[in-house]
Amino acid sequence: MDKKTNPTDQARRRFFGQVAAVASLTVAPGIILQQVAHARAPELPASDRQRWGILINTNKCAEGCDACVTACQDEFGWGPDSPNEKHSAPNQKAQWIRKVKLTDKQTGHVQTLPLMCQHCEHPPCVDVCPTGASMKRADGIVLVDKHICIGCRYCMMACPYKARSFVHEELHDQKVNAPRGKGTVEACTLCVQRVDAGRQPACVEACPEQAMIFGDLKDPESAISRELRERGGEQIRADLGLNTGIRYQGL
Amino acid sequence: MTFGQLSRQCLMVAGLFLALPAIADDTGPLAGVPKPRAKANPEFGCVRPEEDMRKHHMQYLLHHRDETLRQGIRTKQFSLAECVNCHITPKPDGQYARFGEKEHFCSSCHTYAAVHIDCFECHRDTPDPEKIQESAMHNPHAGLKLTRKDVAPLSATVGEAR
Repeated sequence: MDKKTNPTDQARRRFFGQVAAVASLTVAPGIILQQVAHARAPELPASDRQRWGILINTNKCAEGCDACVTACQDEFGWGPDSPNEKHSAPNQKAQWIRKVKLTDKQTGHVQTLPLMCQHCEHPPCVDVCPTGASMKRADGIVLVDKHICIGCRYCMMACPYKARSFVHEELHDQKVNAPRGKGTVEACTLCVQRVDAGRQPACVEACPEQAMIFGDLKDPESAISRELRERGGEQIRADLGLNTGIRYQGL
Repeated sequence: MTFGQLSRQCLMVAGLFLALPAIADDTGPLAGVPKPRAKANPEFGCVRPEEDMRKHHMQYLLHHRDETLRQGIRTKQFSLAECVNCHITPKPDGQYARFGEKEHFCSSCHTYAAVHIDCFECHRDTPDPEKIQESAMHNPHAGLKLTRKDVAPLSATVGEAR
């Protein structure tokens, strides 16, 4: 068969595209289909047709609220309730996501925001890793392959966001979804196991203010892309040119 | 018959007798080698024929871990968590054995073979608390009891796995 798409096929595709668009708009009056389930079949690899990101509205982010942090701790088993990490000092303990408070010294205006791995397009942690353990998945999620991580912590030095932590103590009873162990570096995984199952990251789901939008930055019709197009969003340390997947509004 | 021939024959006969117990005992390749503890429900087969798993499980796991972490392929056939869910059974006291205890499915063989594994430095060595009920109730392998003839030739799969 001819590999080039013939004109009839293209017309047919356009037609079906339009029919689908109309159908999705008229499912029920008043109901807008906000998000299409994007679960992949388990046997399919992540693809670069997507790039996952989160848009965080700092104006909605409430001071004193740490729902995103506790949701992350529950999901991955790090934090003060971790039964194993009793000996390391607080500044040695894992911190996958932290609430940061910014105070304008002149006006006294206070802002808070969650800060975690920014899932850069050009991650410095991946550049410096001597073993290839620090890696970026096709869909833009930056991960540590703990199977080959030697715990040298170059990536922790390289990360401008202080997003990575090192496990100092022997662990047991880890969460099934979150293998963690002594001598390896870890960080926010953008809840990769949830994303692969078509769900939202735990922090996004837990935010009581709906200050976080998770979605596909490459899909112009996703909620996150529309919001970014209409109201914009900033990167932290945009001057570094890392093109982060996590964007902020209201900074 | 020279003395040399005679002694060689004696040795052969003696060798046969020595080999017999090992042949008669089907618990393992050699008599006295421990068999891993039985899985949660013996009626369910493993994800591959047992003899294949004994020989190649490490290759399947290695292959699967890279696919899962680096590409996000999350099939369950060679998932370590699923192995643990099914194979780690409670001790008589109702507690789940930890890796390192002789009742732990993986330890029972690895201790004997003196093969050190790092899997459980990071991975949970006991079943997922949310899945304990589930794995006891139904077959995680979708009711398949696999035998050698049900699956692709070994060479094909191992070739893939490397």
